[in-house]
Amino acid sequence: MRPSLGVTRRSAILAAGTVLPAACLPLVLSNYQVGLATEVLIFGILAMSIDILAGFAGRTSLAHGAIFGVSTYVVVYCTAHAGLAPSIAFALGVAAATGVAAVFAVLAVRTSGVYFLLLTLALGMIIWGVCLRWTQVTGGENGMRGDVRPVLLLEHVSFFWAVLAAAALVSFAMWRFVRSPFGLTLRGIRDSESRMRSLGYNVPLHLFIGFTVSGFFAGVAGALYAMFNNFVSPSTVALAQSVEGVLMMIAGGVGTLFGAFVGAAAIIALENIVSAYTERWQMVLGITFVLIVIFAPEGIIGKLRALLAR
Amino acid sequence: MDRRQFLKTSTAGFAALGAGTAPWRSARAQAGPIKIGLLAPLTGVVASGGKEMVEGVQFYLDQVKSEMGGRKVELTIEDDASNPDTALQKARRLVEQSNCHMLMGDLLANTGLAVANYVKGNGTPYFIPIIAADDLTQRGRIKNVIRVAGYSASAFTHPLGDWVLKQGYKKIATISQDYTFGHEQCGGLAQVFTEGGGEIVQQFWHPLNTADFSPYLGQIADLKIDAVFAMETGADSTRFIQQYAAFGLKGKTPLLMAMNGTDQSVIRTIGDEAEGIISPAHFAEGSDNAVTAKFEKDYEAKYGKIPSLYGFSMYSGMMWIDAALKKMGGKVEDRDAFIDTVLKTQLENSPLGKVVKFDAYGNPIYDVYIRKVTKRADGKFWNVPTQTYSDVSQFWKYDPETYMKQPPYSRTFQGIKKA
Repeated sequence: MRPSLGVTRRSAILAAGTVLPAACLPLVLSNYQVGLATEVLIFGILAMSIDILAGFAGRTSLAHGAIFGVSTYVVVYCTAHAGLAPSIAFALGVAAATGVAAVFAVLAVRTSGVYFLLLTLALGMIIWGVCLRWTQVTGGENGMRGDVRPVLLLEHVSFFWAVLAAAALVSFAMWRFVRSPFGLTLRGIRDSESRMRSLGYNVPLHLFIGFTVSGFFAGVAGALYAMFNNFVSPSTVALAQSVEGVLMMIAGGVGTLFGAFVGAAAIIALENIVSAYTERWQMVLGITFVLIVIFAPEGIIGKLRALLAR
Repeated sequence: MDRRQFLKTSTAGFAALGAGTAPWRSARAQAGPIKIGLLAPLTGVVASGGKEMVEGVQFYLDQVKSEMGGRKVELTIEDDASNPDTALQKARRLVEQSNCHMLMGDLLANTGLAVANYVKGNGTPYFIPIIAADDLTQRGRIKNVIRVAGYSASAFTHPLGDWVLKQGYKKIATISQDYTFGHEQCGGLAQVFTEGGGEIVQQFWHPLNTADFSPYLGQIADLKIDAVFAMETGADSTRFIQQYAAFGLKGKTPLLMAMNGTDQSVIRTIGDEAEGIISPAHFAEGSDNAVTAKFEKDYEAKYGKIPSLYGFSMYSGMMWIDAALKKMGGKVEDRDAFIDTVLKTQLENSPLGKVVKFDAYGNPIYDVYIRKVTKRADGKFWNVPTQTYSDVSQFWKYDPETYMKQPPYSRTFQGIKKA
């Protein structure tokens, strides 16, 4: 276990060394690429929120895409139909996602392994079903549209900076969270639930809080996504969204937290570059995954770390 | 034109454009080709329709040797994967990276609505020959989203409602896929039919991709009705038509369908079960109109199949855009003028064999055929017009303002007049 829980000098330099160049990206990238970079950040946050559970509590959730999407739905609904200010809509979206996550947590924390996977999958499907069928509110298959993004952030570049700031803040919060005594307890539960229980820890309560907090972060990502797209439809809460988040996390490296951004960047870049050459890009994506899992099961960041440590 | 070749050139373009500035771009564009970004579902649930969309566009470009309004055309095709998020991302790429002058396409309403919302913000002209969502040319109209050679969902079921009344049918039931496209088509029929004194005995809504229709068909068989209206697309339609016949309902209760239900993309895969089904549409591949017949023959010669709605609509949409470009000497850079010109342009010489123009809302006014699926001499089935409603507005005979005050058709609002 790493000794430092606070911000050391080294990690502060590392953080500044990542965020500053990222902030300069719009100076060299085209508008469209800035849009892609924004998407990478948003999905990075989602993948990171999944990593809190998967990497630190040993529970891979397939409901996080749905939790993410709940926030997107609420934000679009609040701005487009209820006429609320974007900031209030944003807060409500995150609150709704956290609420949904809390309910899911109550149902899911007593399970682990494949049962946890299946239960979260089913819960996510319920959200998807509701969004698809509750036409009066969600717009059904057609989804909802609106001018969600605040006027101040209409430009690609200013929105990118806003998302970058949010991502930096949220990443720091998650990093602190997993390194706190609470986070250490989660790791303890991951490694041996029965030992933690016999040591007197309330395992379900820890998992409940862990799940809810992770849902909160997924909600932040979802609310940002609403502002990014100004649009939401059932595909945002579909299983594919959850799976994509999990895949990004795995590609980056389970338990590395920041690997999520690398994974998101890798997958989004792959999608966009390969799809320019062939409509079979999903096949290429699949093969890439097989290769990652065989040759770098610890993910891109995990592999790099291992190579550096050698 | 080879898709890959286009993609290669456009990708080389991206690389060069990385550091490009806006004035440089437009200066170059003025002299360069007209860039059309085509969005089509080449993967996902409606991929087969997407391929026919691309065929329709390429069929037109082949005929005009890739030249529209006196300028070369550069077509960039992107796969929307039948998914609105992907469609949005690809639309951004076409506009912001490939600098397309206009977008065209998409098949599923949700993909089209997502892209429409995006172009609303930046003013890029977006043409939707397939997207039928009513509100895009009604309550939620966006000026730069134009339905060239397309139709709004309820526009053709309004006249069908009238036709059903004239057949003397008093009681009907509807069955439809449970999503907006279905709600809108059923609503159009239900409103006109019930206002004329007809009765909708029951409406069935089933999820997309229903494999087994027997629960619904069993109930339909028990109803005392004069006809059934079914709104199905793709594989659902194939299964529905086959099971309707297998249940012994064919020949007992007349089957009416939405135009997509008996589209070539569906009936070319099935046989006698489809014979005799009635549907309303602006295009009937079996029409004896000389222009339609020639289009059908040429298309069949080139692609080995009778053209579907997708091929026809995209082809005619391109023709319509071309006519506008010719009028303004290909100056596609002036977006406002381009959009205005398109809206003022009439579609002539299209496979419809009739001149078509837009109404004040950017939706074409067509003659609507009541079509019947009929066996051709070579044993293939196609839709033959039996009756024509001239100049049908998307608002039918209602006043547009009043019509748009009523809510859009949905599962809960079908415009049914209470007796």
